[in-house]
Amino acid sequence: MNPLSEMSLSEPIRRANEAAAGQILVVDSPLTLESGAVLASYRVAYQTYGRLNAAKSNAILVCHALTGDQFVADTHPITGKPGWWTTLIGPGLLIDTDRYFVICSNVLGGCLGTTGPKELNPATGQPWGLDFPVITIGDMVAAQVKLIDHLNIDQLFCAIGGSMGGMQVLKWATAHPDRVFAAVPIATASRHSAQNIAFHEVGRQAIMADPDWCGGSYFLEDKRPERGLAVARMAAHITYLSEVALHRKFGRNLQDRKAISYGFEADFQVESYLRHQGASFVERFDANSYLYITRATDYFDLAAEHGGRLAEAFRGTPVRYCVISFTSDWLYPTSESRVIVHALNAVAGNVSFVEIETDAGHDAFLLEEPEFFATLKGFIEGCARHRGLN
Amino acid sequence: MTGLRRDLRLIADMVAPGSRVLDIGCADGALLAYLADEKNVDGRGMELSQAGVNACVRSGLSVIQGDADNDLPTYPAGAFDYAILSQTLQATRQPRQVLESLTRIARRAIVSVPNFGYWRVRLGLLATGRMPSSSLLAHSWYDTPNIHLCTIRDFLGLTADLGLVVEQAQMLDRDGQPWRLRADSGAANWLAEQGVFLLRQAD
Repeated sequence: MNPLSEMSLSEPIRRANEAAAGQILVVDSPLTLESGAVLASYRVAYQTYGRLNAAKSNAILVCHALTGDQFVADTHPITGKPGWWTTLIGPGLLIDTDRYFVICSNVLGGCLGTTGPKELNPATGQPWGLDFPVITIGDMVAAQVKLIDHLNIDQLFCAIGGSMGGMQVLKWATAHPDRVFAAVPIATASRHSAQNIAFHEVGRQAIMADPDWCGGSYFLEDKRPERGLAVARMAAHITYLSEVALHRKFGRNLQDRKAISYGFEADFQVESYLRHQGASFVERFDANSYLYITRATDYFDLAAEHGGRLAEAFRGTPVRYCVISFTSDWLYPTSESRVIVHALNAVAGNVSFVEIETDAGHDAFLLEEPEFFATLKGFIEGCARHRGLN
Repeated sequence: MTGLRRDLRLIADMVAPGSRVLDIGCADGALLAYLADEKNVDGRGMELSQAGVNACVRSGLSVIQGDADNDLPTYPAGAFDYAILSQTLQATRQPRQVLESLTRIARRAIVSVPNFGYWRVRLGLLATGRMPSSSLLAHSWYDTPNIHLCTIRDFLGLTADLGLVVEQAQMLDRDGQPWRLRADSGAANWLAEQGVFLLRQAD
């Protein structure tokens, strides 16, 4: 019996845990985190698509973003919506699951089956809450390495991901260059900027300011900080879109009314839209996970890990990189991708770099942008030829 | 492959098989693809236009969006066997620094430049009194990207100033056919529409 069903989790999250239970790796050996804390054991929830070939050379690891999850190419167990990259991954698609073995795991600190703050702390039998150790992008990758070991894969054909997923890709390819043939960091950065950290802090403070957060122990109090988490999501969602896209979509249009109300209801469509984004998000995401995962991205600084010189992270790398940015992404702007490209140039690394023209903002990496897909397809097919995967 | 432009073919002939090549201003990647297919070259490219970069990456080439002025300094010394700059030097802001960078990051640089001393160019200015244009210099004065034009003699002067060794110099006529002319001859400076040079730093 699932011990979590005893807890006052919301029904959707409990259903998700059960749905994800089919693909869970339980690691009983301890994981020493970058903070020095130790997880005595942990679980990694994951999904796979396609079949691993006999040479085990066709595996593609997809790394999800901040609020993404392992349901990259099938129906989400809570929302019932298609996975977040179903336009990209599937039979006959760009990442063809008839050719490739695709793996996606819920990150450490997440809330869809992998060990995180809402799971039970074995030492107390209660949900971890804020007793959960602070984790890093490197810790997320360390847990993924265990999964890839478990699947008996020596070298990934490709690691790909956008936003925080791109950070994991960078970490994978620099910490384990011999285990990644090709790396595709999309709409990402080698470190979080002050602006990135600032936006995350707004989100965290919104959660912590909700009285139902209860100092992180809301499960014990039978409460959930839904208002705080929703506000965090609303603020973050604005950063995922461009001003142009937001204006085109909503302008100053009014929501279900002919005139402004001289009050504080959602007069404008954009307000109604954001409220909906916030409300639907709390159905599928845990507030403490949001704190931990945003913290992990804030702490990410690949150059600092290599004596302050990003190029050192890539020295001697055999990995083929394809860096992709989007013109209207102001959260992880093209200049951040150029920093990565220049560092790879500085060690004469094998790198392709494209900036895709779009007004869709940061979220463009989740959309079917024709030029984005065409270049990605060219890169992956080129790598497949070099890897002898034809 | 047969479709390669004649001057690019000439450049390709200067490249040793199996070498590491950086092609700056690689356009749609025709030269890089040829070098990879025919000479087993480990090629990289740099291109300013997004359309060009995307076309290259789509066909599996390793190409970044960038330009000679800003991005060449990011490469380490001796990273490549050859750095190729075809018909682009005259469009850079700092041709002298670019030429220095090319010969720093690669053991050899292959550079082609349009010759502003070509007789049609000279005659065009003399006869019409207007800024000359030709097949290689097809823009109007007000929208041309070519901001640092030079003659063959000018170019050789710069290579001498920089102490570079000119290992090969190939003069091309209007059809991209090689002329059997010495690059430092007056005739070359009149008759060649462009020159292709194989350069390296002095030992």
